[in-house]
Parts: sequence; C-alpha cells; structure tokens
Amino acid sequence: MIVTVKELDRAVVRFSGDSGDGMQLTGTLFSTLSAIFGNEISTFPDYPAEIRAPQGTLSGVSGFQVHIGNKVYTPGDKADVLVAMNPAALKVNVKNIKKDAVILVDADAFDESGLKKALYKTEDPIEELKLGAAQLVAVPISTLVKESLADTGMGNKEILRSKNMFALGLICWLFNKPIEEAMRLLHRKFGKKPGVLQANIKVLTDGFNYGHNIHASVSTYNIRPTDMPKGIYTDVKGNEATAWGLIAAAQQAGLQLFLGSYPITPASEILQELAARKDLGVITVQAEDEIAGICTAIGASFAGNLAATSTSGPGLALKSEGINLAVMAELPLVIIDVQRGGPSTGLPTKTEQSDLLQALYGRNGESPLVVLAASTPSNCFDFAYMASKLALEHMTPVILLTDGFLANGSSAWRLPDLSQFPAINPPFVHKEMQGKWAPYLRNEQGSRYWAIPGTEGFAHRIGGLEKDSRTGAISTDPANHQLMTDLRQQKIDNIAKVIPPLQLSGNSNADLLVVGWGGTYGHLYSAVRQFNEQGRQAALAHFNYLNPLPANTEEVLNGFKKIVVCELNSGQFASHLRSKLKLKGEILQYNKVQGQPFTVEELLRHFSTIL
Amino acid sequence: MQTSYTVNDFKSDQYVRWCPGCGDHALLNSIQRAMAEIGVSPDNTAVISGIGCSSRLPYYVNTYGFHTIHGRASAIATGVKVANPRLAVWQITGDGDCLAIGGNHFIHAVRRNVDINIVLVNNGIYGLTKGQYAPTSKRGFISKSSPYGTIEDPFNASNLCLGAGGQFFARILDTDLKNSQEVLKLAAQHKGCSVVEALVNCVIFNDGTHKEVSAKEVREDHTIFLRHGEPMIFGKDRDKGLVVDGFKLKVVKIGENGITENDILVHDAKCPDKTLHFKLGHMRGPEFPLALGVIRDTEAPVYDEEVYTQFEEIKPKRNYKSLNEFFMSLETWEIK
Repeated sequence: MIVTVKELDRAVVRFSGDSGDGMQLTGTLFSTLSAIFGNEISTFPDYPAEIRAPQGTLSGVSGFQVHIGNKVYTPGDKADVLVAMNPAALKVNVKNIKKDAVILVDADAFDESGLKKALYKTEDPIEELKLGAAQLVAVPISTLVKESLADTGMGNKEILRSKNMFALGLICWLFNKPIEEAMRLLHRKFGKKPGVLQANIKVLTDGFNYGHNIHASVSTYNIRPTDMPKGIYTDVKGNEATAWGLIAAAQQAGLQLFLGSYPITPASEILQELAARKDLGVITVQAEDEIAGICTAIGASFAGNLAATSTSGPGLALKSEGINLAVMAELPLVIIDVQRGGPSTGLPTKTEQSDLLQALYGRNGESPLVVLAASTPSNCFDFAYMASKLALEHMTPVILLTDGFLANGSSAWRLPDLSQFPAINPPFVHKEMQGKWAPYLRNEQGSRYWAIPGTEGFAHRIGGLEKDSRTGAISTDPANHQLMTDLRQQKIDNIAKVIPPLQLSGNSNADLLVVGWGGTYGHLYSAVRQFNEQGRQAALAHFNYLNPLPANTEEVLNGFKKIVVCELNSGQFASHLRSKLKLKGEILQYNKVQGQPFTVEELLRHFSTIL
Repeated sequence: MQTSYTVNDFKSDQYVRWCPGCGDHALLNSIQRAMAEIGVSPDNTAVISGIGCSSRLPYYVNTYGFHTIHGRASAIATGVKVANPRLAVWQITGDGDCLAIGGNHFIHAVRRNVDINIVLVNNGIYGLTKGQYAPTSKRGFISKSSPYGTIEDPFNASNLCLGAGGQFFARILDTDLKNSQEVLKLAAQHKGCSVVEALVNCVIFNDGTHKEVSAKEVREDHTIFLRHGEPMIFGKDRDKGLVVDGFKLKVVKIGENGITENDILVHDAKCPDKTLHFKLGHMRGPEFPLALGVIRDTEAPVYDEEVYTQFEEIKPKRNYKSLNEFFMSLETWEIK
C-alpha cells in the first residue's frame, strides 16, 4: 500500500480525556519527542478546576495542546489532530479543532453510557456535532490495551491506565516519530517501577504498530525540523523557569534564597519547585497565609537574603500591606504574581492579565515600585533574574507578573550560560562608612545602603513610619515627608536608565503599531508576522518593563499613526500608557476577558478592521 | 572582641516617648538588662515589633530593629531567624497586635517552634488608638468601643500558647523588675519559641487594670511566682500553697488540717505533659493566685535549626551540586 506522508511546517495536536486519563503526560511526552527531533514546541494545558470531576462528564474534560514545527510561538489556535478518549472530550473540543482535523477516538468509550454521560441527544455523535468534514480514526483502544496486557496478571483498572500510551503510540505513528526515543523517555519516567514501565512500553509499541497495520485512510505527517541555535535544550514550564531564575540570581549575588509562600493556583508550582530545590540550599517557608508568606520574606530580606514570595491575584491583594512595608523600609523583595481570572476567586485555572493596575497602584499612600512581566514560559527565567537584580541593586520591592498561560505552558529552552548573565551588586554598607552612615542615606542611583543584621557597627532601626531623610529617625516633619516621597519615586524612575530600551518587531514603517505586554507575546508576534506576510503592514512593541517604562517609550509610540493595545483585561495597560505618556495619536484597544489566551486568527481579523 | 555588655550598650539615643507612668518604661529596662546579661552583642540582636504603643520599643534599643506592621511581627521575626539563625531575635508585641490582628501568625510561630523570644505586652486595652477594648479585656469591660460593656470573653495568652503547642510560657509584671529580668533571661536562653506575657499598666486608658495582682500590698497574696523545682508556696507569710485535689488545683494553708510543706506541689516546668501547666496558666483570683514566672519550659525540635539540618541530610543524596548540574540532570537534548 502507498502511504502518503504530508510535509508540514507545523501542526497542532490536542490531547483530551478525563482528568485522570493521563493526557497531560501523553502531551508532554509527545512535545518533548518532537523537540528532540528538531521541532520548536509550545504547549498549554487546559484543565478544569475540579481535581477529579465525575468520569466521562463534560466538566471533567482535561486537555493538553501541543504545537510543533518551526516559527512556533503559541500553542496554536485550533488543532489539526484531536485525541479524544471519550465522548465528552470530543464534544467539549469541537470548538477547538479545525474543520478537516484528524480525530482519533477510543471507540470503546462511545457506548450508550458514555454518550449519555456526555449528554448526547442521539446515537451518532459525528452527525450530532456536525463533524462530517473531519477524518475520523476510531480505534477500540480499551479492548486493544486489555488484549495487549492480558498476560501480565495486572488488574483491569491498572491495565486501562495505560490507554494513554496506546494513544501516544498512535500519534507517534501519525507523525512518523520513531518510538525508540519515546521508550527512552518512558525509561526515565518509570525506571523505578519496572512493572509499569514494561506495560507502558508494550502498549506504546502496540499502539504504534496498530497505526501501521490498519491502513487507515489518513495520511501521516512529517513536520520539518527547524534551524534552532546550537545548544543543549530542555522543555520548561513558566513556573519552573521562574523558580530557577530566582536560584540563578541568588547564586550570582552570593546570597541565600528565601521563599515565603502560601499555596494558590496557578502559582503553587513555584513553591513546590523551590521546596524541591532545598537540595540546592533554597529555603522555603510554607506560611500560614498569604500575609505571612510575604512577611517571612520581608524578615528574610531584612536579615540579608534574596527574599521572594509567590502568589496569584487574590494573594497579591492580601500582600499589599506587606509590599508597602518593603516600599517604606526600602528592602529588596521579589513578588511573583501568576495572574488568573478575577475578581475574587474568579477563574483559578484560567489565564488573564487583569492584575496590572493592582500591581501598579493597589496600595495605600504614594507607593512606587518596579513592575515587570515575563512574556514566554522560558523567559520567566530571565525576568525572575532581572526582578531579583533590580530589587537587590535598587533596594525596592519588584512585582513580576506572569500568568496561568505562561506558568503551565511550556516551550523548549536552551540551557543558559549563567556566566553570561549580568552581575548583581547590592549596595551593601562597607566598613569605611561606619560612623558616617544612616539608614536612609542614598547612593548615586538613589538607593539606600543595605546593612545586614550581624554587621558590626551598623545597628539601626527601620520600619513603616516615615523617617528623617538624614538621620533615619521617625519624622512627621511636612517638608521631610514631601522629600522622602519624592526620593522614593525618583529611585524607581531612575531605573528607566538601566533597563533596555523598547524594541520593535515586524514592519517599523507601518502605520499600525500593535502594543502588548507579558504573556500575550507569542500570539501578538505570530499575528503581526502573519499580517505582514499577508502584505499588510504592522509593527509590534511588546513590553516586559511596565514600571518604569523604557525611557524611549514615548518616542517609539509617537512614530505611529495608529496604536492598538491588545491585552487580556479591559484596558489596564492602555490606561497606564495614557496616564504616563504624552501621545499624539489615539490609543485603540483590543481586549478579551474570557480566561483564555488570544487566538492569532481573532487578532488578524481585528487588525484588518483597524486599517 | 567584646563579650560582656552593660545595660547602656542596649540603650539607643532616642528619646523614649511613652506616657509618664506607662508600664512599658519598666519593661524596656528589664529587657535591656536581660539582653546585657545574656551576652549577645547588640549587632547580633534583632528586635522586631508590630504596631501599638509597646511596638515602638525597637527604637529605644541599640540593636538591629524593625518596627513593622500591625499583627505581622511573628511572621517577620520568623523570616529573620530562619534567614540568619545566628541572630538573637526578639519580638515585642502588644495584646491587640499579637492576639487579635496577629493571632494567626502568633499561633503558627509557636506551633513551628521558631527560636524567637516573644514578649507579649498585655495592658488589656488599645492605647495607641486611644482606648478601645482588646481581646484580653474582661467580659463587660467598658471602653470607647464598648460603652455598654463587652459581650465577649477574653483570650488567656497562656491557654492559647500552650494550646498551639508552646514549649515556653512565662508571665511577668511590669513593676517587678528583678523577677522580670530573670524570666526574660530564661526565655532568651530557651531553645525554640518562648512567650513571655508581660502585664503592664496603661496609665491613661486602663489605669490599674492589673492592680489586683501588681499592687505592692496585695501582690504576694494574689500571685504565685513559679520556679522550676521549687514548691508552689505563696503569700505574704509564705503560708499558702497549691495542692492537687482530684483533677483540680486547690489553695491550702500550711499548718492547717495537717498540711505541711511536703504536701505542696513542686513546680516541674520541664514536664512534657502540659495538663498542670494549663491549670497553672489558667488560675485567676479571687479563688487562686495568678501564676507568674516560668510556667512551662520544655524542649522540642526547633524550626530554624531543622531547616539547616534538612539541608545537610539532603546533600549526600543529590546527584548535582549546582544549578548548572541540576539543569543537566533534566531531560535534555542537544541541537548541533
């Protein structure tokens, strides 16, 4: 038989099933496999807030989307291939797949009870969901897995746990990925459980061979490898990268890393990863609440550690008084806010960018601080590092905004050469200053000096009360309060001089400038690139430094006739720009508050309506 | 290197701004004297406080000090001690700061057994906000925010501390300098979290609140000063004592009904079972004397020490020593 192989630049695969079906693992293995064979990757899990919703129901469907190929900057809008382990997964994902998508289902799950649980009205899901144009590959996965492991002596329930490996085998066949490499990955994953390992390898192989033998009337894919920079790569999630960036910064600064934190979705993995890195000497305190999370960190900062706290929006609200203590006491502190849908408890497992104004202004008094935002899962590492550097060198709290999309999404990451990262030099007091020093005397960048308890001859008292600018004693003097307010602001403003200037991508001669910040980078970059490829013209200015803004921001933005600020909120960055800059043109907005990332498609449509 | 210190080494150049007659003056003095006796240098001492009258104390002590925010001193002190266990860390906190807004942090610092010395300054009132009732005010207490009397029961700091797993609890009176100094020193020397409840007078908003126990003429009859290993005898004439009667404590008179000194309970602050410590901490007049001195002083694993012990335990088991080596232990691939 003639097997047709389609050569493609990129493809999107969506794995879906019950929360307990192991689809996250299957997806991760497939993306890693693709990366090993030279594809760029971007992944994103889409899971319900419930840990284990009732089996087979619509609310229990968990998804994992993988985008592989070259010029991959997002997990992709709609899937080319859907793996649906049950009728509920198929129903939920109809909106997430292309019309002509390949749909791979476990035929065994599409029985009367399965269809009923997923609330189908008829016995023909394909007709009911209007999937006529799709290419259906219905495989009795459960039956085949039971046959495959019949002789192992394993229980039925245990056997069926390997269903996801059969699906992985099929996908490896579909994408022409040699399964030897997949086996190697399984060896790493299950090396300590030989029984599980053998079962998974058997099922994986059977799934792969089944694909070969059924002579299915679908073509298989070959995704062309990419020219990626030379180096050693790993697959990294945003939360892991954030945690590691802090470790790198502490190492560079020669300081102990301390994290005070309280579990919260979707930030808990930062606490968990750093707790695991106690093996590298990281201190983590799982505090009694969000407030104690930041307060233990403030104590550690006072005592001379690189201190951080990690949270999400509701936790940031609770930490605001603590943040202000660090503003007033002028102590270095990194606050990581992994944004999620709000307000209140909101949409804990979904992504949003709606904490920006809270980060900038959500405190009492005049309370300036630095706000940064990471824009890809892997550059969470760089911005956690930069947040630490700015906090330590300028004696200020720094809020680093990431989001659920970056935190749980992953991309291939070239392991960094830590020796190439900039030095971190906190303004420690030095011996010669003894006797001439006071707690709020400042260096040329406006930062006060750091005298760490235990340092001989520098005992001093600080706190949340206003202090005299010269002596550091408590002061309610009106002129002094004005001066200290100005000095605290000036210190933050000065940071604009040390951060990189705003850079453009796309067509810098275009009339239209697309502006974004943080986690929307991949979608905005892809949309602007495709827009230009279509013969239209647009440039992209994407911000990582939100406060202070890069020094050239006004100049860059005023070079365009039309500016559209795209963000996953109701216009917070747009209002920040309007309040901070003198802009000639009108600032348009494109906003989405649905708990979901942008799609490239909707962005392209919107850009067209502007021009 | 200087190894012995005087009280003057712990006095800062700041003018002490508490009201004349405030019990905090005497307490400050006792703390400075205890610090001098312990022999940790001012540079290796950190005093952390929250918000309230007593929380101004760090400004008056010539050590590293941090006057923080309302209720959070326990959490901040925890961070300081864990980050640098070589420091002697003191926490100065009022009854509102510690038991109302900071109640959660307090019980968790006690539960974790972080090696900090908590001085809980109890005047039964919110003084800095000018006279509202506190979580330590007695039921029916009339204040600006309870003009018809409170309709809630107060916390007993001893119960709360022991209930949270506290290993060290003591009680002192502002006016009793000598004993205060002795107890504060024991608290500082205790490994783990120590809580010393200091009963102080608020001369402006709650004057005389502790006079039933602190006034010179009644103190010896209305209080009992507990010392580990000594019989629980009290009274002006040292003729009253405590005995166990069934599950209860009972005050007896030595010499009456055949009671001799040998029948009186001997204080065992080191007893792991805290039942009797609960009862002692709970005693109130007029039936009982108020217990002063160290009620409980037991040993348990100390959080900040455990942090570093765990590092040493993990080290030999890991396959990497640096961040770079850790990265290489991940699932990696090379693009050539």
